[in-house]
Order: sequence, then C-alpha cells, then structure tokens
Amino acid sequence: MTASDHGPDRNAGHAPAPDPAHDAGRRRALGCLAAWTGAAVLWNIAGGVPRALGMASGGAAAAAPPGTLSFVQISDTHIGFGKAANPDVVGSLRRAIADINALPQRPAFVVHTGDISHLSRADQFGQARELFQEIRTDRLHTVPGEHDAIDDGVAGYLRAFGADGRGRSWYSFDQGGAHFIGLNNVQNFKAGTMAALGDEQLAWLKADLAGVAHSTPVVVLAHIPLWTIWAPWGWGTSDADAALALLRPFGSVTVLNGHIHQVMQKVEGHVALHTAMSLAYPLPTPGQAGIGEPGPVTVPPGQLGRLLGTRRVSLVRGRGLLALIDTPLDR
Amino acid sequence: MKPDKKTGLALTLLAALAAPLPAPAAAPAQVTVSIAGFAYGPAGLTVRPGTEVTWINHDQVPHTVTSRTGKPLASPALDTDDRYSHTFTQAGDFEYYCTVHPFMSGVVHVRQ
Repeated sequence: MTASDHGPDRNAGHAPAPDPAHDAGRRRALGCLAAWTGAAVLWNIAGGVPRALGMASGGAAAAAPPGTLSFVQISDTHIGFGKAANPDVVGSLRRAIADINALPQRPAFVVHTGDISHLSRADQFGQARELFQEIRTDRLHTVPGEHDAIDDGVAGYLRAFGADGRGRSWYSFDQGGAHFIGLNNVQNFKAGTMAALGDEQLAWLKADLAGVAHSTPVVVLAHIPLWTIWAPWGWGTSDADAALALLRPFGSVTVLNGHIHQVMQKVEGHVALHTAMSLAYPLPTPGQAGIGEPGPVTVPPGQLGRLLGTRRVSLVRGRGLLALIDTPLDR
Repeated sequence: MKPDKKTGLALTLLAALAAPLPAPAAAPAQVTVSIAGFAYGPAGLTVRPGTEVTWINHDQVPHTVTSRTGKPLASPALDTDDRYSHTFTQAGDFEYYCTVHPFMSGVVHVRQ
C-alpha cells in the first residue's frame, strides 16, 4: 500500500442512493452502537442483530458476514517518542500491524486519527510512512494531530501524507455506501482556548455535505474529540457545535477521534462520538485527581499492552449500522 | 550579639525577593524558566532589558514558547531537556503560550 494515497475517490462527487428503510432500522439498533472495549468476544452487526463472532485463543476473529465494509482505526502512534511511558512505540505499532494483518477479513482501509509523529519531524513522518506500508490494506486515510502540526503548521504533515497536492488537510470520499470525512481540528490555536476547525473548513464541510443524501451513513475522522470532554486540558473542539449542526440532519453519523488515548463515547441523537486507544502511551482520565496535566502515564510493567490497541469498524451496507470493536494489544 | 530570628527571616525574604531583579552589569543577565507538569515556572517573570531568558522543557512531551502574535518568541518544538533562549531588548509585556497545549500560558514583563 502507499501510505500517502488517499485514493482516487477522494473529494469525489456524491450520488448516494436514498434508503428510506434505513432510519427505522437504525433506531432499532441504536443500542448496539456502543463500543466493545477490551473484548474477549468480537461482535458484529448483521441485519440489525448483534452477533458474537467468537474469538480464538490467539485473538483471531471470525469473518464478518458478506456485504460488510470493514476498516480499522489506529491512532496516536507518536513515532519519535521514547520516554519511560513507552520506550518502544515502534514495537507497539508493529504489534498492532500484526493484529490487523491477522484479521480474517482484510480491512478495506485503515484510518489514522492523528498524532502520527511526536514532534512533526520529517524523519518521524518518514519512519511512520515506512511502517504503515507493512499494513495489508489498500489505503491509509489520515488526519493530523497537534503533534503533527508543530513548527510549520501542517506543512510537514502534508509533505508526507497529503497525497492530493491541494495543500489541504481535510477531505472526503465515499466507500461501501458511506460518506467519509477527514477533518483537521488541531490548528487555529489561541492561547487559553481549545483548538478549532476554523471558518474555511466549516464552509467546506457545509458544501461537501450539501451533496450527500441524509440517509447516507456519515463517518467523520478528526483527531481531537468533537465534544468537550475536559476543557482545562484542551480535550475538545471550540467550534464543534457548528460542525455537529451540519451533521445532525443525517440519519447515522459516527465520529472517530483520538487525542485522549482512551476509549470514551457519547451518543447524541443520531450522532455517535467515539475516542480510541493510542498506540504509544496512556493518558490520565479526564481531570484525574492527583494528575494535574494530561501527560504520559507510566504504568507498571506488563500493563501497557492492555491500554494500547486498535479499533475495527464494520458497516453493513444499506443499513447504516456501525459496529466498533476495540481490541487491546494484550488480551 | 546573636541576630534576632525574625530579622534574619526578613533579611532572607528580602534577599529572595530581590533575587529575580538582576543588578545592572556589563554582562547580560540570565534567567531560567522551567517547563514542567504542563506549566511554565514561573509563569510570570519581570526582567530588565538585555536579559536572556532560557526555557527548559522537563516534560516527556514537547512544548513550545510562542508569542501570541507570533513574535518575538517563536521556539521550535522543545523535546525533553531542549532549551530555547531569547534576549529581551525592549521594555514591554510579552505574553506567550504553548501551541501544542494552548491552555499553557506565561508572560515576561521587561521593565527598565
């Protein structure tokens, strides 16, 4: 695979078929939208009914039913980090890649929800690109994290991961009957406030969504959570409400975030927001007592692999249902 | 005669208060700001023109020292133990923050 290839359908036009049956089915299954964390049993959804697929002792999962679009989310690899909280982030990423390559159904693509690098350095982006090429999938879709936007904004990130050459760090594409959107919500930093999407990107989002039927499932990728989890640590997007207002008319919206290095979720009407585990190091829980800042947490030996992991996302075509399975490296 | 305890304490406090204000000298004064626990220490600093201020990052994650207006402070990403120095020549109030963690902020007051 080519790490920087966002695919030929990037920014492609949208002509999704309306699906009147979708909404009711989606409502019936709303309770199934939860993420399954640390699962010893993998779940999937087919026909609106969640089914345990079973997991072998080695952690191998059974194949998903036909007609399912399956992709994998990884996040916060922080290539270049090497301190006490995880002296071997490359090893952690390689373990995740081995898990992805062992999936019974090859993922259609992999998404990386930001903080690819630790310091935005060219050698870190380059090393990450080389590592991602070990993933057996067709494409990698990335969004920048704030660690990818130090010094020169997203210029260095775009040199390594901005395949379309438009100099833009946001995009959309259609696959498997769903509309995917990648956003950059790590810039426009102002002292004392949370990051933002910015007016230019919001205008683009509005125009992009104007061509999408409301029955089309929408999947949004963005690094920082699109809801405020803990403002004192910058765990939120200051203009997220403007983006969510544009997404609310859609029958099924799934937002996949990173940044906080732990699984959290929020379901608000038809919008489900999920953060993912990191592949570098754990962070404290929001506002955790005794830890006054969101710095890397060094855990006792043997525990790190339980706090790092990947997420498999499956979408049954025509139903707008997404099943999320979070799988730690150690299980 | 044994010095009075209270006077001694007061003298110590006076010395401590006086310490951050460098005496006029030929060599430029130098002051260090520690970055630890996602905070600048001290967050507020008063120096004379000609003072070189050096920030040292002690955290496991990168921080920056960046003026709200983009200058004069514009450090690159400071990895653990990295330093960034700037000599303030003009009087004024120089607010700065960390672009990676914008909730971190500090200010340097440069006074004649």
